[in-house]
Amino acid sequence: MLKDITIGQYIARESIIHSLDARMKIILTTILIIALFTINTFNGFGIFSIFILIVILLSKIPFVKVIKGLKPILFLILLTLLIHVFLTKGGTVLWSWRFLSIESEGVYTGFFMVSRIFILILFTSLLTLTTSPLQLTDGIEYVLSPLKRFGVPAAELSMMMTIALRFIPTLLEEAEKIMKAQQARGADFESGNIINRAKSLIPLLVPLFISAFRRADDLALAMESRCYRGGEGRTRLHQLEYRYYDFIALSIVLVLAVTVYFF
Amino acid sequence: MLIEVDNVTHIYNDENNVTALKDINLDIDKGEFIGIVGHTGSGKSTLVQLFNGLIIPSSGTVKVNSKNISSEKRNLKETRRHVGLVFQYPEHQLFEESVYKDIAFGPKNLGLDEAEIENRVKEVMELVGLGYSEFKDRSPFNLSGGQQRRVAIAGVLALKPEVLVLDEPSAGLDPQGRKRLADLLKYLYEKLDMTIILISHRMEEIAELASRVIVMHQGKIVLDGSPKEVFANEKKLHKLALDLPQITEILHRLKEKGLNLETEIFSISKASDEIIKALRSH
Repeated sequence: MLKDITIGQYIARESIIHSLDARMKIILTTILIIALFTINTFNGFGIFSIFILIVILLSKIPFVKVIKGLKPILFLILLTLLIHVFLTKGGTVLWSWRFLSIESEGVYTGFFMVSRIFILILFTSLLTLTTSPLQLTDGIEYVLSPLKRFGVPAAELSMMMTIALRFIPTLLEEAEKIMKAQQARGADFESGNIINRAKSLIPLLVPLFISAFRRADDLALAMESRCYRGGEGRTRLHQLEYRYYDFIALSIVLVLAVTVYFF
Repeated sequence: MLIEVDNVTHIYNDENNVTALKDINLDIDKGEFIGIVGHTGSGKSTLVQLFNGLIIPSSGTVKVNSKNISSEKRNLKETRRHVGLVFQYPEHQLFEESVYKDIAFGPKNLGLDEAEIENRVKEVMELVGLGYSEFKDRSPFNLSGGQQRRVAIAGVLALKPEVLVLDEPSAGLDPQGRKRLADLLKYLYEKLDMTIILISHRMEEIAELASRVIVMHQGKIVLDGSPKEVFANEKKLHKLALDLPQITEILHRLKEKGLNLETEIFSISKASDEIIKALRSH
């Protein structure tokens, strides 16, 4: 059951989208997100949707996988829609009952916001779907590196993210082991009401945290004994490299961003 | 028959689809002390998790006290009362603020009343050699590694299982800790008539304690018999990259060199007698 958790799920494929430089993909995603917030009409969303469809096709990632990634935020989307539909006032009254009323402005903003969130999530999940976690953290480090001047520890941040990603499967495995051990002592993780279930997690979480801290200590020692002294001047195995198609992608995205702004 | 395993095959249902067990048939009687040996990945740990229903086999049946525990609607609490399982590095599962509470976790889950729980905790703490009044209020996290492991084992013993299964219980213990553990197992087996199933890499431990040895390789049982019978298959064991107990190995080598002696001996004192006897008659 724990294995179903997918975070930053990467799907390896041979595609033009995958082979774009990680830094470029982060920059492109940022530009697209900014453009997304300048959109004032549904036309812009339409153009972005078509763009996303093309990117998905190019990336050779099964459509179903992309949609599955939206599942966790479905609740957020519904909530946004409901809040806007009921609370945003203005325009003609479409329906009312006692103190509740739905007005046209509310419905419009509701759907507008939901489209925006949808597209936002799609952009970011396309980034994580097509970029391996390692490339992604490398890319983030590069993108953040100009901020080093202002004291942002870019290398350390990316090292932290790399380590966190590396240890997700390890911790899941550990959690499963501890769960089994507690079940062997009669612990029950599956039945009872919410409060009981939350309580039943204590025998799982306490050992899990302890082992995470122990692992952290060990890892720090191991890194130090291999002379890790922070990110300053570290070289890497896979150098990131811009190629001509990175700039083609950049041009396309820039044109797109300007277009949706004027639509 | 206490535990019956019939035609069990188990395939892990993940991306690798590892076949951990292949067509296993195994009967375990009450009052046996079984040592399971085998290489990493030979299926030992999977096998023992079948015994208390933590794993449902892909096919085949597992029965404990003639009750089928390999079907979906099994009564697991009941099974776990019969079969206690001590995992590798059991001290990693400690979580309570005091030794008493941690050991009481199992009995509490069984729904026992306070008095009975206290009795049991007292009993098992003395059993594993932790004085009740001295240790009951201490935090398990401030104990030494060996003591933590004893607390964890006590936590399983407090369920009062008929069968105690231990997966590499001596891993990472110092010689004194190992000796203490061996003494505990011996006591449980001889004095309390518990059935014990012990997984270990240390052949000396297995040879000293077990009444029956099972050798596993690639998900199958390849040897099954008394320590004498199993350790007589020197070549086969070496082929599976397993060792004989060191002392037995020495006797085998001496025999190869032409000494006429009995080789299936697992304790040092008996071995030295045998060597002296052989040298005298040489």
